[in-house]
Amino acid sequence: MNKTIEVRYFALFRENAGIDRETVTSAASTAGELFAELRHRHGSAEPLGHCKVAINDEMAEWDAPLSDGDSVLLFPPVAGG
Amino acid sequence: MMKMVTSPIRPEELRRALIDPAAGAYAGFEGWIRNRNEGHEVLRLEYEAYDPLAVKEGEKIIAEARARFPVLHAHCVHRAGMLEIGECAVWVGVASEHRDEAFLACRYIIDQVKVRLPIWKKEHYVDGHSGWVNCERCASHG
Repeated sequence: MNKTIEVRYFALFRENAGIDRETVTSAASTAGELFAELRHRHGSAEPLGHCKVAINDEMAEWDAPLSDGDSVLLFPPVAGG
Repeated sequence: MMKMVTSPIRPEELRRALIDPAAGAYAGFEGWIRNRNEGHEVLRLEYEAYDPLAVKEGEKIIAEARARFPVLHAHCVHRAGMLEIGECAVWVGVASEHRDEAFLACRYIIDQVKVRLPIWKKEHYVDGHSGWVNCERCASHG
C-alpha cells in the first residue's frame, strides 16, 4: 500500500537531490527501502552502512517500518568535530 | 549539557560552568580547524547540523559517559556555520574528583560526537574546489 512520506535531505544528499525536502508517495515498507528508491532517483552513491536515518525526529535503524505520514530524515555520512 | 551554537566557542568562558568545590580535575578538549586534510590545502570549513537531533543525541552521549565514569559535570558545545582556520569547532569539558575519569569521559564524548551527531562538514580548498568530508571518499571507496 502506498504511503505519503515527508523526506528531508541534508548536506551532500540535499545537493545531489537539488531540494531540501519533498513529499513522496512510496510503497517502501522500511526506511532502507525508501532510501534505495530515492537514491536511485537522486543519484547518490553512498553505501547504506555509512548513512543514518531518523524517523519522526528519532534516530532509527534502516529496517524500521514506515507508516503513512512519517517524516524521514536522510543523513549522509556524518563528520562532526 | 549539549549545546549547538553558530557564534565563536570560548572555552575559557565555558569551563567556568564546570567549576565545583568537589572537583579535583578538569579535562577539556577543543577541536580546531586545521589547514590540511588528506593532502589538500584547506581554506575554511563549513559545518551543517540538524540541531534538534544533534542536541538529543549529544545529551544521550553525555548521559552514557556519566553512567560509565563517575564525573561531576560534562558539557559539550559544537559550532555550525562557516569556520576559519584555527577556530574552535567543538569543545568538551569534564570535571570530576580525580583525573582518570575526567580524561576517560572527555575522550568518550568527543569520540562518539564525531561519529553519531548529525553534523556534516564541507571543506573549501585553496584551489577553489570543495568536498563533504567522509562523503566523496566513502562513495569512491565503496
